[in-house]
Amino acid sequence: MNQNDCQNVFALLSEYIDRDLPEGTCEELDRHIQDCAPCVEFVESLRKSVALGKKYAPGVEPVPVPDGVREALREAYAKSLAERQK
Amino acid sequence: MASDSKEQQDAAQSDLQLARELIAGSIGAFEHFVDVYGRKIFRYSYTMCGHREDAEEIAQETLMKVFENLGQLREPEHMKAWVFRIAKNACFSKHRKSVFAPTRELSLEELRPHRDNESGELDIADWSAWPDAAAQNSELHQALDRAVQKLPELYRSIFLLRDVEGLSTADCAKILDVSEDVVKTRLHRARLMMRADLDAFMKASHTNSGHTKGVQA
Repeated sequence: MNQNDCQNVFALLSEYIDRDLPEGTCEELDRHIQDCAPCVEFVESLRKSVALGKKYAPGVEPVPVPDGVREALREAYAKSLAERQK
Repeated sequence: MASDSKEQQDAAQSDLQLARELIAGSIGAFEHFVDVYGRKIFRYSYTMCGHREDAEEIAQETLMKVFENLGQLREPEHMKAWVFRIAKNACFSKHRKSVFAPTRELSLEELRPHRDNESGELDIADWSAWPDAAAQNSELHQALDRAVQKLPELYRSIFLLRDVEGLSTADCAKILDVSEDVVKTRLHRARLMMRADLDAFMKASHTNSGHTKGVQA
């Protein structure tokens, strides 16, 4: 293995983690990664970082939709439904 | 083809059901949609704009446009993408200049970790010390928040839509008016940037706790 292989793998790692690569390419990367300790280590870190990112939520929550706004939304919904049935 | 997780498939199925019930006129679906999507749109716009009041306005404007234009929703399976496209445009309008305007793409070289020429080892933290339960760690949450805020806006938006909301690459491309290849390129850079920031946080944590790579203090 040489660093050029690692660089090629590095460019495709998100798609590799998502299993979103053309048939054969994932297997090719599998073959490289399983024999390359730095790539194993990096993929592990990226996989954990992505998994953590997927759980992201800002530390601020919205206030509930005010009653007046909810009523206006309900009216807009009713109007759209009526138009859809025409 | 991307293999969606069971969780993503269940979420897509439940969104499809919600869309069908909304179109059918269910008041229960209306209430559920306002609560769930109001929160989703608020989180997206707050993370993009950083202002609570703006994010609340954007959420309400988006919900209103959704209900006013429900007749235009022809494909219930794409409801979520349709809603987020409206939300993205509302963010755009609120900020006159687009926070989604393209800037220079970061090169992968800038995001590659340093590698020791002699040992071949990468200069990265020991991630094995952080099990999934680390998601409960509040310092890590703060580090994640900083990493997300540090992302350039066009990467942040892709990260939120693709990774947090679980939208497909094709849907993200439609929402943001870019090609699927651009979505993949930017998502990869966003993830690499966040990984690098979290890596730095973990190295600092390990140093503070006396833990070094491969050695439990």
